[in-house]
Amino acid sequence: MMDALLLSRIQFGANITFHILFPTITIALGWVLLFFKLRFDATGDERWMDAYRFFVKVFALSFALGVVSGITMSFQFGTNWPGFMERVGNVAGPLLAYEVLTAFFLEATFLGIMLFGFRKVPNWLHTLATVLVAFGTTMSAFWILVLNSWMHTPAGYEVIDGVVHATDWWAIVFNPSMPYRLVHMLLASGLTVAFLVAGLSAWRWLRGDRSGGVVAGLRTGVFLAAALIPLQILAGDMHGLNTLEHQPAKVAAMEGNWETRGNVPLVLFALPDQEARENRFEIAIPNGASLILKHDPAGVVPGLNDFVADDGTVEHPPVAPVFWGFRIMVGVGLLMLAVSWAGAWRLWKSDEPGTVLGLALVAMTFSGWVATIAGWYVTEIGRQPWLVTGVLSTAEAVTRTAGAGMVWTSLAMYLALYVVLLAAYVGTLYHLAGKATAAATGRAAPTDPIAQGGERLAATPSA
Amino acid sequence: MDLLLQGQSWLPVAFAALLGLSILLYVVLDGYDLGVGILTGAVGAGEDGAHKDRMIASIGPFWDANETWLVLAVGLLLVAFPFAQGVVLGALYLPVAVMLMGLILRGVAFDFRAKAVDGHRIWWDRAFFSGSAIAALAQGYMLGLYIVGFERTAANVAFSLLTAVSLLAGYAFIGASWLILKGEGTLQRRAVRWARGTLWLVALGFVAVSVVTPLMSERIFAKWFELPWLVLLAPLPVATAAIFVVLHLVLKALPTRTDRFAWVPLAGAIALFALGFYGLAYSFFPYVVPERMTIWEAAASDASLLIMFVGACLVLPMIAGYTALSYWIFRGKAGRLRYD
Repeated sequence: MMDALLLSRIQFGANITFHILFPTITIALGWVLLFFKLRFDATGDERWMDAYRFFVKVFALSFALGVVSGITMSFQFGTNWPGFMERVGNVAGPLLAYEVLTAFFLEATFLGIMLFGFRKVPNWLHTLATVLVAFGTTMSAFWILVLNSWMHTPAGYEVIDGVVHATDWWAIVFNPSMPYRLVHMLLASGLTVAFLVAGLSAWRWLRGDRSGGVVAGLRTGVFLAAALIPLQILAGDMHGLNTLEHQPAKVAAMEGNWETRGNVPLVLFALPDQEARENRFEIAIPNGASLILKHDPAGVVPGLNDFVADDGTVEHPPVAPVFWGFRIMVGVGLLMLAVSWAGAWRLWKSDEPGTVLGLALVAMTFSGWVATIAGWYVTEIGRQPWLVTGVLSTAEAVTRTAGAGMVWTSLAMYLALYVVLLAAYVGTLYHLAGKATAAATGRAAPTDPIAQGGERLAATPSA
Repeated sequence: MDLLLQGQSWLPVAFAALLGLSILLYVVLDGYDLGVGILTGAVGAGEDGAHKDRMIASIGPFWDANETWLVLAVGLLLVAFPFAQGVVLGALYLPVAVMLMGLILRGVAFDFRAKAVDGHRIWWDRAFFSGSAIAALAQGYMLGLYIVGFERTAANVAFSLLTAVSLLAGYAFIGASWLILKGEGTLQRRAVRWARGTLWLVALGFVAVSVVTPLMSERIFAKWFELPWLVLLAPLPVATAAIFVVLHLVLKALPTRTDRFAWVPLAGAIALFALGFYGLAYSFFPYVVPERMTIWEAAASDASLLIMFVGACLVLPMIAGYTALSYWIFRGKAGRLRYD
């Protein structure tokens, strides 16, 4: 029987996994929509507005899912993790408060104008609303990553009677891992959106849709991905080195390295066995990990066995999920590099993506989600057993009032709902894409907007 | 001042006021859009579909921002009163989870119904109605449990069920009032009928809460019924009763041909919510966990409260400003919502 701690962790993990899917899209998609809008304002070319009108629907849907799943998380701080605010609330509180005050209201209010105000306000105000929504989503990413980074690498605080008090807000906000984590996440959002935009556009292209918005979406997505992926690899490497400095146990788990030593190989495949404290079926490149982490084949890399107390208590994160999450993230990143560069080459030479590239882009539509979630699992599971590194353990923060039965009940409800909503979300994206394609290719009459009634389906793309 | 501060720091009091303000704004603002969601349950598909679309269009540009007041309210509870949040939210674990399910369902249904396959739309309409109703009932149930100090005796649960239904009626009433203001023709006439039908349920809820709350503790009883408070506070129930009478009379006369007074029900509903909320706030102050933990015992450090207070003072006027801009842009009768 699982206890309230494990169940609460699964519940929060499920919740944040579901939640992060949607901000990851809205953070960067806001800026991509602004790009479409500005291109239209500058050129008057209808295809940019065509792309805008299609992806603004994707944005609205993603935003709604992000809002409602985010509310759930803030309540779970109180219902499942009361120790978090009791112990570190003096630091976490102001950061969350500033997120709500400077970001949430801004994006939520101007979203209404951005979505429904096109005919009601002057064009400059509509563009400004788009800017403010994009700015708001990015601000909320900033504040929440400041808090998350502080939980990984706390700074600027003192502990009095077990409670954390802030001593230096500058050090808290610009804590050691914040710049790396923020850049890494913003780039992840950009890549997720680039492949989403390219993938949905390629899907429409393969179905014979040659409308201006499809071509604009394809090119924007592919070139954005090709530009961002090398930056992401660089940022990821620097983030890894920063983690090595501040959270060596996490890096040891990522590398599957048990003993602190030099000439550590880069493990490509293994089944880490935490009981036996060794890797099974290991396939590795000699000196690889030492080269990457220390830029020296003989470089000494910390091992997991350093993080076991004398009485045998394990003080490092569970190895297998961190080890595998890291490999999935990197693997997807390399696929992104291959597909986006091949795609950029092709679209540089020709206006047509062709069937092979089209299919590859369709296959990669949600690749950003996979990489982002895998990466978050690496960093968050990699922080265990701590909730705030060295300050508060996860077990100390969990609820004492809610029993396992209650958490089971809420967890089952959430999981069922998330599965349904995720299926509905993906299904609806393809339904919207199919409808836009049907309208553009004249295969089916566009649905009568009057019969649809006070709704938010854009009419046929006006050519 | 001494009465308010009781010789202690002013910051927890300021944050209690901010928390109260956000809860009140949430109840009024999300109240009307949850209410509209509840009322869609009274509208069939088919030829009523146009009404349903118009009702939902009337809240389209606003509901996201309205719900943000709930995020601010729970955020303020978490960050300003860290030692109370675990007690309050822990005691309300299941109703909170149920409320969140309701809010998730209705929030996404709003978008899905307009974008999904036509055959699925009826399911999203059902989700929109039931999500709104579930969220309202769960919030009302939590209000009841809070008033009775989280003790789950049979009588207390019965009382909480009554507050659940009352808040549902209250939201339906303010939703109907919103539709009287934003709707036209047959929809407006329907909204007037809905408002008439729910008004008496709201009154029942007010009476129940007013009777039970003073009975929950001698302290609260004394705050209301000892001199000079009995005299000084008398205007509160008198004003509340007067508003009910005015609403009753106005609703009899509505809708008028010139659409004058279409704003009165909404204004009255807001005033009722504000008065009811003030009464509860007065009763429970200075406790954040009823009769167990005061706001000073629950508060975060003054240094952290101060840094948030400065931010709130700078940003809240801006939020008020652009919220007003949004309501001004989408003023007048609700039309069809479209992206282009």
